Amino acid sequence: MSPKLIAGLALGAPIVIFGLVGPLLVQDPARVGDIGLSGPGGEHLLGTTQTGQDILAQLAYATRGSLIVGAIVGALTLLLSGFFGIVGAYAGGWTDEAFSLFTNVMLVIPGLPLVIVISTYLPERSLTLVAIVLAITSWAGSARVLRGSTLSLRNRDYVKASRVAGEKRWRILLVEILPNLIPLLAAQVVFAVIFAILGEAGLSYLGLGATGSFTWGTMLYYAQNGLALRLGAWWWFVPPGLLLALFGAALALINFSIDEIINPKLRNQTRSARRGWRMSREQLRKAKEATL
Amino acid sequence: MYHLLRKLGFYLVALWAALTVNFAIPRMMPGDPVEIMLSKLGQKGPVTEDTREAIEALLGTGAGRPLWSQYRDYLAGLAHGDLGVSVVFFPAPVSTIIGQTLPWTIGLIGLATVISFLTGVGLGTLAGWKRGSWMDNLIPVTTMFQSVPYFWLALILLFLLGSVWPLFPLNGGYDVYEVTPGWTGEFLGSVVYYGTLPALTIIISSIGGWMLGMRNMMVSTLSEDYMLTAEAKGLRPGRIMRRYAARNAVLPSVSGFAISLGFVVAGSIVTEAVFSYPGIGSALLQAVGGNDYALMQGIFLIITLSVLGANLLVDLLYSVIDPRTRAQS
Repeated sequence: MSPKLIAGLALGAPIVIFGLVGPLLVQDPARVGDIGLSGPGGEHLLGTTQTGQDILAQLAYATRGSLIVGAIVGALTLLLSGFFGIVGAYAGGWTDEAFSLFTNVMLVIPGLPLVIVISTYLPERSLTLVAIVLAITSWAGSARVLRGSTLSLRNRDYVKASRVAGEKRWRILLVEILPNLIPLLAAQVVFAVIFAILGEAGLSYLGLGATGSFTWGTMLYYAQNGLALRLGAWWWFVPPGLLLALFGAALALINFSIDEIINPKLRNQTRSARRGWRMSREQLRKAKEATL
Repeated sequence: MYHLLRKLGFYLVALWAALTVNFAIPRMMPGDPVEIMLSKLGQKGPVTEDTREAIEALLGTGAGRPLWSQYRDYLAGLAHGDLGVSVVFFPAPVSTIIGQTLPWTIGLIGLATVISFLTGVGLGTLAGWKRGSWMDNLIPVTTMFQSVPYFWLALILLFLLGSVWPLFPLNGGYDVYEVTPGWTGEFLGSVVYYGTLPALTIIISSIGGWMLGMRNMMVSTLSEDYMLTAEAKGLRPGRIMRRYAARNAVLPSVSGFAISLGFVVAGSIVTEAVFSYPGIGSALLQAVGGNDYALMQGIFLIITLSVLGANLLVDLLYSVIDPRTRAQS
């Protein structure tokens, strides 16, 4: 457990718990009250929107919505990038050529404009649909990274040895190669979740997100439309953005610690650690005596 | 040479894929975009038979013509640069709108990306060189900025520097009341002044990625044997850092440009929306708002082509700076 991992989990876990448990404890987020736009305090811990909806309730449902999008995209990215990256690279030959061409083409076609165009044609968009569209446009980067490592792994001696030993192809892939890719896969999934939550927020902010559901992005969209910024209603637009940033930072920290597992060169390289390698005065004196 | 041809071949395939995606989306989606567009155009003025045909070539038709001949018409239309007529900006053709808005976006994104890349790589080099120093500890902070959504950062910057301390203008690309567009110092000054805040948003959000990538590559490179040799030879530290470490460590950052450019483009669309910047992102959103499918498809095509072009340039540059990619072929 590196300090980065602990910090990441300490930041991320409360947000996930809030998203899971929060909606059960708060009032209906869409319920309109008669108190208008009012600051935090009293009955409404985080204040209300201009139609008197409770911000805390909205925040709880929005957290759940954004996490759902993140989870779906994470799972789909795992499947798609695993299929096109790992299977393609392991199969080699024309399959690899075709898969990698497809991946690279998907990579250079910019994602968000494509999502915007697709969303415009669909009048009713559920949260799942938005997540699927985001996943389809975003798996390619991960697939390319996975392909690179799979290519290097499949030419290792131990893989050749297991092939000579007569292991079946799917067994080599699942038992010999895949375990070595797990940290990398985890990093890619974490990255995909960050991307998805940010992408969904951007899309919702433009008014193209899921219809009729709460996410951090839709909250910001309504805050923007309700002129929260002009009216100085910081309790409306700061909390969703802050949660987004904190959750993103938590996942980024978790990714750093996974990076350090994948690439040991990044570990133990702090200044204090390297100071520990120096010889102490005592040792230096002894060394001098020994050489004289 | 083979290497170059392979690259060009790939970009041709990508170009074809982009054109085909652009062709397929309006035809695969539910609803009848052609009818919506024609009825909207009808409200603005008489629709000629030519206009109708152009729109059908772009967005598909219900008349049961085979897909193949539709595809041929569509490609022929594109070859003539015909992207249809815009509804939102009626009667301007789509290509004119794109011609007007594209320079703004390319200027904004181009400059902001170059500044962000150079600063990020420079700072990343220093952070990797002095691992564990205060600068290295700055990295998680900048990555946190990266996980802040562009538009939220833009909103906060706008709120602080536009409303609370009014240092910068709230929206627009230049001062529309005082300055007339043209190659005058006054106009360019106004453009720079109005572009500072949007550019700052893009730089702050994207610099962390460059820094982190460069820092990690520097740390990896520093443990190579040739670094030890260089140090043992007694070369000056500055020379080792720049000529031995940074030069090798920067390669993945350059080749990672493809992935990041998509993010920058995406971010800039949203940033333009916040600042009402007169670029192509704002035009795309106006098209979306007004169900202007022809303009939307045209802009999507142009954005994709620009990203492809930028990637091609970077790829060609990469084979110049990294001789190994040429030697392989």
